[in-house]
Amino acid sequence: MIDKEVKELEEATDQIWEIATSKLGLDPFPVHFEIVPATVMYEIGSYALPGRYSHWTFGKAYHRMKMMYDFGLSKIYEVVINSNPSYAFLLETNSPIQNKLVIAHVLGHVDFFKNNVYFSHTNRRMVDEAAMHARRMAEYEFEYGRKVVEEFLDAVLAIEEHVDPNFFIKKQPKDEGKKEKERKKRRVEGRYDDLMTEEELALRDPERAGDDRSRKPSLEVPEKDIVYFIMKNSPVLEDWQRDICAMIHEEMEYFIPQMQTKIINEGWASISHARIMREMDLSTNDYLEFAELHAGVVSPHKGQLNPYYLGYKIFEDIEKRWDNPSEEEREKFGRPGGEGREKMLEARETENDISFLRNYLTEELCEDMDLFVYELVDDEDWTITEKRWEKVRNQLVANMNNFGFPYIEVIDGDYDGNRELYLMHRYEGVELDMKYARKTLEYIYKLWGRDVHLETVVDEESLVMHYDGSEHDED
Amino acid sequence: MSVQRNDWSLQRKGQIDQERHKERVREAIKKNLGSIVSNESIILSDGRRKVKVPIRSLDEYKFRFDYRKKKHVGTGDGNTKVGDIIGHEGQGVGHGPGGGDQPGSEYFEAEVDIDEIAKLIFEDLHLPYLEDKAKQAVQSKTTRFTEIRRAGIMANLDKRRSILENIKRHARATGRAELGRFKKEDLRYKTWEEEIKYESNAVVIAMMDISGSMGEFKKYIARSFYFWMVRFLKTKYDQVKIVFISHHTEAKEVPEQQFFTQGESGGTVVSSAYRLALDIIAERFPPRDWNIYPFHFSDGDNYYSDNDEAVRLADELTGTCNLFGYGEIGEEGASSYRRSSGALLSIFKDRLANQERFVGVRIDDKEDVYPALKEFFGKRGEEV
Repeated sequence: MIDKEVKELEEATDQIWEIATSKLGLDPFPVHFEIVPATVMYEIGSYALPGRYSHWTFGKAYHRMKMMYDFGLSKIYEVVINSNPSYAFLLETNSPIQNKLVIAHVLGHVDFFKNNVYFSHTNRRMVDEAAMHARRMAEYEFEYGRKVVEEFLDAVLAIEEHVDPNFFIKKQPKDEGKKEKERKKRRVEGRYDDLMTEEELALRDPERAGDDRSRKPSLEVPEKDIVYFIMKNSPVLEDWQRDICAMIHEEMEYFIPQMQTKIINEGWASISHARIMREMDLSTNDYLEFAELHAGVVSPHKGQLNPYYLGYKIFEDIEKRWDNPSEEEREKFGRPGGEGREKMLEARETENDISFLRNYLTEELCEDMDLFVYELVDDEDWTITEKRWEKVRNQLVANMNNFGFPYIEVIDGDYDGNRELYLMHRYEGVELDMKYARKTLEYIYKLWGRDVHLETVVDEESLVMHYDGSEHDED
Repeated sequence: MSVQRNDWSLQRKGQIDQERHKERVREAIKKNLGSIVSNESIILSDGRRKVKVPIRSLDEYKFRFDYRKKKHVGTGDGNTKVGDIIGHEGQGVGHGPGGGDQPGSEYFEAEVDIDEIAKLIFEDLHLPYLEDKAKQAVQSKTTRFTEIRRAGIMANLDKRRSILENIKRHARATGRAELGRFKKEDLRYKTWEEEIKYESNAVVIAMMDISGSMGEFKKYIARSFYFWMVRFLKTKYDQVKIVFISHHTEAKEVPEQQFFTQGESGGTVVSSAYRLALDIIAERFPPRDWNIYPFHFSDGDNYYSDNDEAVRLADELTGTCNLFGYGEIGEEGASSYRRSSGALLSIFKDRLANQERFVGVRIDDKEDVYPALKEFFGKRGEEV
C-alpha cells in the first residue's frame, strides 16, 4: 500500500469517526489502526492479543488460520483489541471500501468494549499486561525448561474456562479486611502464645505456617472458579506454577466478557458499520461493493448460527420497533416512536448474549430467520425436532449458559479427609464428552497432585469419575 | 485516531509457535507409531510421499459437552419443518465456514512424510542374520567425488573451498579475514574415484492364506505388514524382490495386485505354500546368492492331517533362509481367549527344530502390526 492510500484511509477514518460519534451516538475509545500483512493478521488473530506468551496451541491455531487463508477458504478482515486506546489491525490487501467497512465495524466493537457493562471491569491495558506475562513465562521457560513450562501450561489451559465471570467481586478488599480481623482476633486469644513452640502455633493457626505444603484448603466451597481454587489451595504447586495460574486467570478475566457477548457484540458492530456506511457519500460502484461485502458478513449459514447475522437482525428489529412502533405497541407499552437509536444504545450498554436474546428475540424474528432446534436421532440423522419459537429461544439461551461450557464446581478440597479434590458437574440435561472429561481429569490431577473426582450424570444416573494418577475408575 | 503502517517483516512469533506445534506433532507421531503403522492412508498411499493421519493426542482436552447428545439451534431457508433431516452423522451439518466445533474436526490430522515415518519405525528395527552374500552378483561402476586436490581441471573447481582458502591466506597475510584477489594457490579441485559397488540382494517370499476364514481385516493386516517389511528391506539391500504366493488347499504364485485383493474360499493346507516356496527358492534364488525372507500369514486353521508335513517343510525353510516369519492373525478385536488350541503357531513353537531362525507372532488388532514388526526385526542372534 502506498503512502497516498494510507493518507486517504486516515481521512476516511476521521470521517467515519465523525459520523459514528455525532450522528449515531457512539462513544468509542480512540483507536490506532495498523495496516499489516496477512501473516501478522493471522498471528494476532490466533493469539487474540499481540505479544502474548508462547504456546503450541497458538501455533496450531495460527497454522490452521493461515492455511485457510492461503487456500482462500476464509479471510479475517479485521482484528480489534479491547484496550484504551484500542488497537485495530487491517489487512494490507483489503480494498479501500473493505477498509472503510472494517473501520466502521471496528468503531462499533470499540464502542461496545467501552460502554457495555460486562466489560466495565476488564483491564484496558491488557496488551501491556499480556506482554509482561509473556516475559515472565519466558523467564520460567529459561529457568525450569521449556518442556516443563509447556506441559504445565497444557494442564492449566485445559481448565482455563472454569473461572468465575464475577471474580472481580472476590477481589474486593472487604474480604481481605475480614480475614485480617479474624487473624487479629485469634492472636488476642493466644494469650500463652509465648509458651508454645513455633510448630504448635502453626498447628493452631495455619496462616502462620509459611510452607506451601502445609497450606490447608480454605474450604470455601462450592467454588466455581477452579483455576483460582487450585492456584490458592493445591498442595503441590510451586510458586512459579501458581504465578502461571494467576496469569492465565487474569487473561481469562479479560476474555470472558467477549465470550459472553459474541452475538450482541458482532450484531452491534454490524449494525454500526451498516448505518455508518449509509451516511457516507459513496459512489455507485463503491456502494455496490459495500453491499456485497455486507451481505456476506451478515448472511445466514444454513443449518448453523452466524452470530453476525443473528445479532444484526435483532438490532435491526429493535430499531424498527422503537422507531415505528405498531398501534398495539404504542398503546400497550406507551412507545411514542422515534426512540430506535436510543433503545439500541441502551441494549448495547446493558445486555449480554443471554439477556439480549431473552429480551429481544421475538416470535417474528424466529420465524423470519427460520430458527429451529436440531438433534441427532437414532445416532444417524441430524433432525429438526422443534420449531415453536419459545422453545427454540430457550434452547438457544440454554446453550449459551456459562458461555457454552459445562458448569463445574469444586465442592470439596479435602475430600475423604485426604486433600482430594471433588468436582461437581451441575448437570443441565446434556452429558459430558466422557473421553475428554477423563483426559481433563488427568490434567487436573497434575495440578492438584492428589486423587481427583468428578460427579456427573450419564444416562440420567449419577456417576462419579475418579482418577488417582495412574488409573481411571467410575462408579 | 491514527492509521499506521509499520515494518512487520521481523515478526515471527506465529512461525515460532507453529514450530512448537510441529514438534508436538512429531512427538505424538512417535508415541502413536502403533496406530500409524497400520493406518489405511499410508498402506494404501500408492506411492504418494505425504499422507494425512489422525493424531489423537494433540487434542486440546477440556470439559465439554457430548456434541452428539446436545440440542443445537440453526437457521434455515424459510421452509424448514419438524422432522426435516439436515445432515447425517459423520458428515456434519451445513457447509458454512463456522463449522469448527463440528465433530469430525475432532482430532488433528497431521500431514506426514512416509519416509519420515519409516525412519522412525526403522530406528528400532534390525535385520537379523544379514549375510554378505553375492559378492559376485551384479557389479556396477559408480563415480564418486572423494578427494580435494590443488591441481585439476577448471570444471571441477570447488568454489566453496577455494574461497575459504583465499580468506585464510588473506587472514594470514593481513590479519583480516576477508575475501581478496585470487591466486592460483587458493584454488582447490575435486577429483573422483571409480568405485565398484557390490550389490546384495534379498528376496521376500510373501505367503498368505486365502482360505474361507481369511476376511478383509486379516488381509489388511498382512498387507500393512508386508508394506513396511518391503520398505525396510529396501533400506538394507540394493535390490529386494518379492514373490507372492497365495494358498488355500493349493498354492499358487500370483501377481501383487491379486495377492491383496483376491477373494477367499476353501480350506487350508499350509504345506502346499511351503513346498512351492522351497521350489521357487531352488529354482530362482539360490541361498548362496540371496538373502531369503519367507513370511507367512494365516489364521492358523490348518487341516489337522497336514500339520506334520507343515512342520517338516517349515524346518526346511528355516534351514535354507535367513529368517522364517509366521504371523497368525486373529479375529478383529478378539483377544487371546479365542485362540484355538490347534492353531499352527503353538505347534511351530513346540516342534520346530531350528527356533533360532523362526519368529512367530500373533496379531489380533491393527495396533499389533508395529509390535509384530519389532518382533520380526528385533535384536537377536549376532548382528551384522
